[in-house]
Amino acid sequence: MATQAKKTQVSMKVNGVEVEGLVEPRTLLVHFIRENLQLTGTHIGCETTHCGACTVDLDGRSVKSCTVFAVQADGSEIITIEGIANADGTLSALQEGFRMMHGLQCGFCTPGMITRAHRLLQENPNPSEEEIRFGIAGNLCRCTGYQNIVKAIQYAAAKINGTEYQEAAE
Amino acid sequence: MNDMTPTREQREARLEGMGCKRKRVEDVRFTQGKGQYVDDVKLPGMLHGDFVRSPHPHARIVSINTEKALQVPGVLAVLTAETLKTVNLAWMPTLAGDVQMVLADGKVLFQNQEVAFVVATDRYAADDGINAVEVEYEPLPALVDPFTSMNDDAPVLREDLAGKTEGAHGPRRHHNHIFEWTVGDRDLTDAAFRKADVTIKEMISYHRTHPSPLETCQCVCSFDKIRGELTIYGTFQAPHVIRTVVALIAKIPEHKIHVIAPDIGGGFGNKVGAYPGYICAAVASIVTGKPVKWVEDRIENLTATSFARDYHMTTEIAATNDGKVTGLRVHVLADHGAFDACADPSKWPAGFFNIVTGSYDFPVAHLSVDGVYTNKAPGGVAYRCSFRVTEAAYCIERGMDILAQKLGMDPAELRLKNFVKAEQFPYNSALGWEYDSGDYHTAMRQMMEKVDYAGLRREQAEKREAFKRGETREVMGIGISFFTEIVGAGPSKNCDILGIAMFDSCEIRLHPTGAGIARVGSKSQGQGHETTWAQIIATEIGIPSDDIMIEEGNTDTAPYGLGTYGSRSTPVAGAAIAMAARKIRAKAQMIAAYKLEVHEDDLEWDIDGFRVKGLPEKYLGMKDICWIAYNSPPPGMEPGLEAVSYYDPPNMTYPFGAYLCVMDIDVDTGVYKVKRFYALDDCGTRINPMIIDGQVHGGLTEAFAIAMGQEIHYDENGNVTTGSLMDFFMPTAVETPVWETDFTVTPSPHHPIGAKGVGESPNVGGVPAFSNAVNDAFSFLGTTHIQMPHDYWRNWKVAKELGVVG
Amino acid sequence: MIPGPFTYHRPGSVADALKLLAELGDEARPLAGGHSLIPMMKLRLASPEHLIDLHGITALKGVVREGDRVVVRAMTTQHELLGSDVIASILPILKETSLLIADPQIRYCGTLGGNVANGDPGNDMPALMQLLNADFLIEGPDGQRTVAARDFYQGAYFTALEPGEILTAISIPGPASGHGYAYEKLKRKVGDYATAAAGVVMTMEGGIVTSCSIGLTNLADTPLWAQEAGEAVVGTSLDDAALKRAADAAIAIMSPAADGRGPVEYRKHVGGIMVQRALKRAAARAA
Repeated sequence: MATQAKKTQVSMKVNGVEVEGLVEPRTLLVHFIRENLQLTGTHIGCETTHCGACTVDLDGRSVKSCTVFAVQADGSEIITIEGIANADGTLSALQEGFRMMHGLQCGFCTPGMITRAHRLLQENPNPSEEEIRFGIAGNLCRCTGYQNIVKAIQYAAAKINGTEYQEAAE
Repeated sequence: MNDMTPTREQREARLEGMGCKRKRVEDVRFTQGKGQYVDDVKLPGMLHGDFVRSPHPHARIVSINTEKALQVPGVLAVLTAETLKTVNLAWMPTLAGDVQMVLADGKVLFQNQEVAFVVATDRYAADDGINAVEVEYEPLPALVDPFTSMNDDAPVLREDLAGKTEGAHGPRRHHNHIFEWTVGDRDLTDAAFRKADVTIKEMISYHRTHPSPLETCQCVCSFDKIRGELTIYGTFQAPHVIRTVVALIAKIPEHKIHVIAPDIGGGFGNKVGAYPGYICAAVASIVTGKPVKWVEDRIENLTATSFARDYHMTTEIAATNDGKVTGLRVHVLADHGAFDACADPSKWPAGFFNIVTGSYDFPVAHLSVDGVYTNKAPGGVAYRCSFRVTEAAYCIERGMDILAQKLGMDPAELRLKNFVKAEQFPYNSALGWEYDSGDYHTAMRQMMEKVDYAGLRREQAEKREAFKRGETREVMGIGISFFTEIVGAGPSKNCDILGIAMFDSCEIRLHPTGAGIARVGSKSQGQGHETTWAQIIATEIGIPSDDIMIEEGNTDTAPYGLGTYGSRSTPVAGAAIAMAARKIRAKAQMIAAYKLEVHEDDLEWDIDGFRVKGLPEKYLGMKDICWIAYNSPPPGMEPGLEAVSYYDPPNMTYPFGAYLCVMDIDVDTGVYKVKRFYALDDCGTRINPMIIDGQVHGGLTEAFAIAMGQEIHYDENGNVTTGSLMDFFMPTAVETPVWETDFTVTPSPHHPIGAKGVGESPNVGGVPAFSNAVNDAFSFLGTTHIQMPHDYWRNWKVAKELGVVG
Repeated sequence: MIPGPFTYHRPGSVADALKLLAELGDEARPLAGGHSLIPMMKLRLASPEHLIDLHGITALKGVVREGDRVVVRAMTTQHELLGSDVIASILPILKETSLLIADPQIRYCGTLGGNVANGDPGNDMPALMQLLNADFLIEGPDGQRTVAARDFYQGAYFTALEPGEILTAISIPGPASGHGYAYEKLKRKVGDYATAAAGVVMTMEGGIVTSCSIGLTNLADTPLWAQEAGEAVVGTSLDDAALKRAADAAIAIMSPAADGRGPVEYRKHVGGIMVQRALKRAAARAA
């Protein structure tokens, strides 16, 4: 018979802002982000760690926030899609790349995909197509067939590296 | 003209009209996590609902005990069929003329069927609640194999239909029979087969699969008791239809129902139907007086809200010795699951499956379809295709390959020999359709040239020899698909949903400063309507796309439309948009004539305004006309500049395409590699080539998944074995092939801008290309037809049965 | 898909964790990466009343060399294994295998300790640990003990780990320098468990195999150390006959379940293919 466990206080830095909240231990990080913090850009697609729509950056790691408890993230630093844009509010290179290369359609996987790609480019600033495909394999997209997502990430990598993105083929 | 005057090219470019690779308007919010999807809706006091579901595929319900659940902290109510009966909603009508249990009434008919609906303060408490509901079942034998549905000793599934020999689509022959649908001339077809030099006959199955968009089905229902109004936020591909259906079944006046489809995370047909979750959330809101949210999880999505395909097509083709087809005969056994909830236009129990003659000039054909019940989830939605068109395309494209093999002809050559010729359009098919336009030979030859078809066949021949010599363990397949779709449902003369004619609509309102808003009856789920609809308007009335806001999905503000599925948006809504724009332009022309002091007929349209013929310096731009329309219209003319168009299309549109897949299969493991995939699409006039390419990429990826393993599978006891994204094949970027796209342009003669629709072509055309490649790879070893899906182990099994693996 | 309620504990030391496990008994479960346990909890197939999160124990992190052995502490993630120089230089097969586990996000969370202790026959590391003859270091109420990976697995989700114990580290003997290695994994897609997988570590001299150890993943309800299969190629030049003998010996001990990945016959067959391919690739790498 289920009974509600005692709530506990958690605090963390989300997109550079200190936040706190009172949660049940079983509260999943994705629900804390979406419902307590009302940052609804992080999406829920499968709840079983297969789709990656809920990907956030937690202490420099891409994690699927549907499978982490909010209490586990106590004291951590988190970046969600809402924290990806440039400080002046303009689209980051990745966000711009997704738009320029038509790397999204329904937009549901996009926040997780961009957040994951953000970490990928931090770890590998100049990835090959194969490395990009491997690096985003934890994120499912139903609309694009990935081809333009790969281009979007290549576009962003080029822009960050200060080079011109050359689209391989039309 | 001075140097500051923009050139024609600059004026055209500034519009970003049709043909332009305009970047998407939607992306600015989507890339920043600022989309507004249903689960993002949070209303004050909102409750959450969740389902208790049946673990059994077929069982009698002995009892449901909700006592313990009601004691769970946060649980406020538990709805069962008994509760719903008090508001006459225990059952609901389906789009196909059947009825469906909203909550299990006396028995359950498929695994994971909705049994009770727990309403709680939040989703955690709701989940606790469903785990505390006690249901006692008495299991019954499950009917899984549709081929045994109509056996004498088959269990009775639908006790509610006892004694009903007449269904929504005519007589029922058996207690598990739903309908028989026949088209074409049986006698002439039989005669063609008697006279034929060559015939083929094969049972071609298209397995059960699922659209599974990344966002599942969900809604928030909020009933305002004081006003008597129901507001529903939901993942709806057809919001107006939902409003009308709710009005009809819940007996709430239609103007007091507000349906809002916000941003939708993919649909692919999954979000056309009405599901028990919507009904239960609405009832729960009425009962509790609070907003109620229902969000299905992925398991529920895959196992309960709809499926696609499950067609078993016995296909016969008659032909002459030199490869001219003379007749087609198809019988389909259609597994509809426990309720007939197909999302087809109401008069079409098998959708437009009678497009099964495909791209070929069959003089005669006959089709019959039997729909049957089994203990599986209901549905039968058009997963990224027009209604049952992907099944038809698969049937005929496999059939043509099988015929080519029997005749010893190259499958490309056989197709070229039998195509409907360009000069035959408009073409009346043997099964009753009038194809609007096409140039199949040009498209096919362009494809063959671009891929070096002859070279590929040579490479294949060499590889086959090498395989026989034991130098390689890979077999190479070349899969061709040349599909003709039928989309754009549809003309009111033959298309309706529950009596609602399948027109679509647009309302354009231009503001005094030369910007405006257009509201459309379609509903984007990722297709980019906010971008492309504005491009149509920009070209038609010369107002830049960026100055036109597109709005869809709110039934209070959008004109009535039938929504987005079956590639109908561009053929129907797109036409309504152009027609509304033309009404505006007509009024603008009157204004310009008055201001330029000439007769209307002396004006010509010039990109973004009107010019007096022969006097090019006398010009009035649309932006200025907008101001004049409001503030100084010609005497006697009503001020304002807006228009509404409801468009009832005169015909469907018939996009087509030529696809080719090259694949290697390792016989030892069954592992395949897609070496190349080329897709030529002809969707008529191209509105935004960037978006078209994106649609093709996405549809091909779905086709790849379906053909190569994406299956909703039931074991022999009726248990679903593919309830997660690990077992339901949804490829990642690693598995997904690289796509090459190409096009020809054959405009639709009856569509205002000549466009035909493209979103679904790649799924329809892609599946046969992949399957034909697998079949082609093995055919030299003696196979005739290998059923889908072609996952690794099944490929290996084929090789094993052929004796080429130890 | 919401877990049942539980109380959360985050001890700072192994001793504290053990104390909690002793106090809370059967109702407590240790939490490592969580990517096996949390999904089970969401389906309410597991409903522990207490979760003891091991992430607060810094002593459970890290990869160190101890003489000829490499000790990987239990809470080291697959992502950390991928970045470890010690692993890259001494146990490159761990790196190759880590890259084939799940997906990037899960590798940031999934731990070696969790992967080997969980007892899921689909996990890749257990077979690797068996072929490498690793030892699992276990701490419990009665102190420390060591169990060989080859003795640890008893059935699906059944292991030698007793209630109240925590697997704290994995001690792996470093294979001979110049060894060849390969992990061949057939799977339907990224994120899937193996349809069949085989790992090989071998040494060669003058084109002749001098030692060989083979492990098999997801081909029985436990990982398998295919001892006879490994021995079958020792002393050979890895000719076709030897490869076939090894594959046959491996197939003889396989007993996979039929599932969506394929029928038993297929999984055994491709299990044999994986053995042969891993042997060939390992041989090509052996100095």
